Amino acid sequence: MSTLVIAEHDNSSLKSATLNTIAAAGGLGADIDVLVAGGGCGAVAEAAAAVPGVNKVLVADNAVYEHQLAENVALLIAEVGANYDNIIAPATANCKNFMPRVAALLDVAQISDITAVESADTFERPIYAGNVIATVKSADAKKVITVRTTAFDPVADSGGSASTEEISAVHDAGVSSFVGEEVAESDRPELTSASVVISGGRGMQNGENFKLLDGIADKLGAAIGASRAAVDAGFVPNDMQVGQTGKIVAPDLYIAVGISGAIQHLAGMKDSKVIVAINKDEDAPIFQVADYGLVADLFDALPELEAKL
Amino acid sequence: MKVLVAVKRVVDYNVKVRAKADGSDVDLNNVKMAINPFCEIAVEEAVRLKEAGTATEIVAVSIGEKSCQEQIRTALALGADRGIQVETSGAVEPLVVAKLLKAVIDKEEPQLVILGKQSIDGDNNQTGQMLGALANMGQGTFASKVVVENDKVNVTREIDGGLQTLSLNLPAIVTTDLRLNEPRYASLPNIMKAKKKPLDVFTPDDLGVSVTQHLSQVKVAPPPERKAGIKVEDVAQLVDKLKNEAKVIS
Repeated sequence: MSTLVIAEHDNSSLKSATLNTIAAAGGLGADIDVLVAGGGCGAVAEAAAAVPGVNKVLVADNAVYEHQLAENVALLIAEVGANYDNIIAPATANCKNFMPRVAALLDVAQISDITAVESADTFERPIYAGNVIATVKSADAKKVITVRTTAFDPVADSGGSASTEEISAVHDAGVSSFVGEEVAESDRPELTSASVVISGGRGMQNGENFKLLDGIADKLGAAIGASRAAVDAGFVPNDMQVGQTGKIVAPDLYIAVGISGAIQHLAGMKDSKVIVAINKDEDAPIFQVADYGLVADLFDALPELEAKL
Repeated sequence: MKVLVAVKRVVDYNVKVRAKADGSDVDLNNVKMAINPFCEIAVEEAVRLKEAGTATEIVAVSIGEKSCQEQIRTALALGADRGIQVETSGAVEPLVVAKLLKAVIDKEEPQLVILGKQSIDGDNNQTGQMLGALANMGQGTFASKVVVENDKVNVTREIDGGLQTLSLNLPAIVTTDLRLNEPRYASLPNIMKAKKKPLDVFTPDDLGVSVTQHLSQVKVAPPPERKAGIKVEDVAQLVDKLKNEAKVIS
């Protein structure tokens, strides 16, 4: 039995989602190798080799993989993965893009977004916006899996000394090319791995008012998120969206400000350890999941909260 | 340019779905059904391409029981020209859906295939990517902007932390994200007209695809219940609770 973990990275650093995925892979009871596919990604391979429990790191370092084009990366993973029983990756935007392609190339199902490993072939995963947890059993000899990272505590990132092996296979499907990228530069932690998240909803009224969250986020070292309503209204960009079809977060502290608590939003944050809701509508459904609810006008409460922290 | 749009019949997004008490399956009795929101965005995008003169014909395809013809008619009312239903029974896995769609692509030879990025029932987010692999086409998933130019399509995609733009050779696959467009409402005259638009029905056998099952559902259960906590009086009490009771801030 052997498991191939697909590393999430940006060619310079190994993303922590990989560590949660290695934790999930541990439940499969097989040797764990990690595949780092990228361009100029040597530092990522080194970081992966330092993760305890990793047997071997496979590195495919070539310009054709630099931008993680799904068509190219999927061909590579399908080839390398041919020797493995399990191929497992975090359910990040990047891995969600190419993993189903891998599964189709191998003619097997993908088991998306697992939240628990019951045995080597049986998994739990949320469906219907997390209103139902399904237990599914795979009949495929080879399993292609994506992991909801918030459901698994990360393994340590140092102390291991795995061997490294270069993969020379170059797959260029020749059907797609990278044009450009606009990635917001921010000193704040990433939404999906932050220990504190503060999110604004429609109650923020406009994008300008999201600045009211900045000072609090600075003091708490928090990431800033938003509800779909705030994204749809154009207050903030979609990559800030927490919810069923946005990011799934489970920080130690989640502060929902001016968010009513639609089921689609709850699906993205209800596994947070402590939930705080600030809303002037005392009947807002968000209070049904909040540990601490404050019925107040957010325009009064936010400056006061910032001052008291 | 011919555009193929896939639509799925799902539980309406306002419905809070529950597991049956015996855990055998979800309870979908007398539940309102609708077109999957992401599929609606896919239809809208195709219609806009046609209005812009880029697309010449829009074919809406759905895979499912006879009832999914309702959602095909919705797509036709929104502006699709004709429909195709592939008749299946029970739940069909994304890999099989992708194989059936691949067979439809082989018949129809569209230049662009637009799908929703995920359906809000299974939350799998797989079909478009699988179809890309089977049809050997490039894919622009989680699209927030689609621009067709000559024999290429530029797709701007929602990625973690921002946006990425790719150029794909046509034919290509696009899956929609929320911000791609805001779907229109179908007008009553268009709903009436949609009833007369052609709708062909095929079986998986007709398309040479066998419906296989790779996953079985062992059980379903409600998620762990989260209890409502307390209401605090003011900001000072909130800060005190977070520091001294929950101990999540210092």
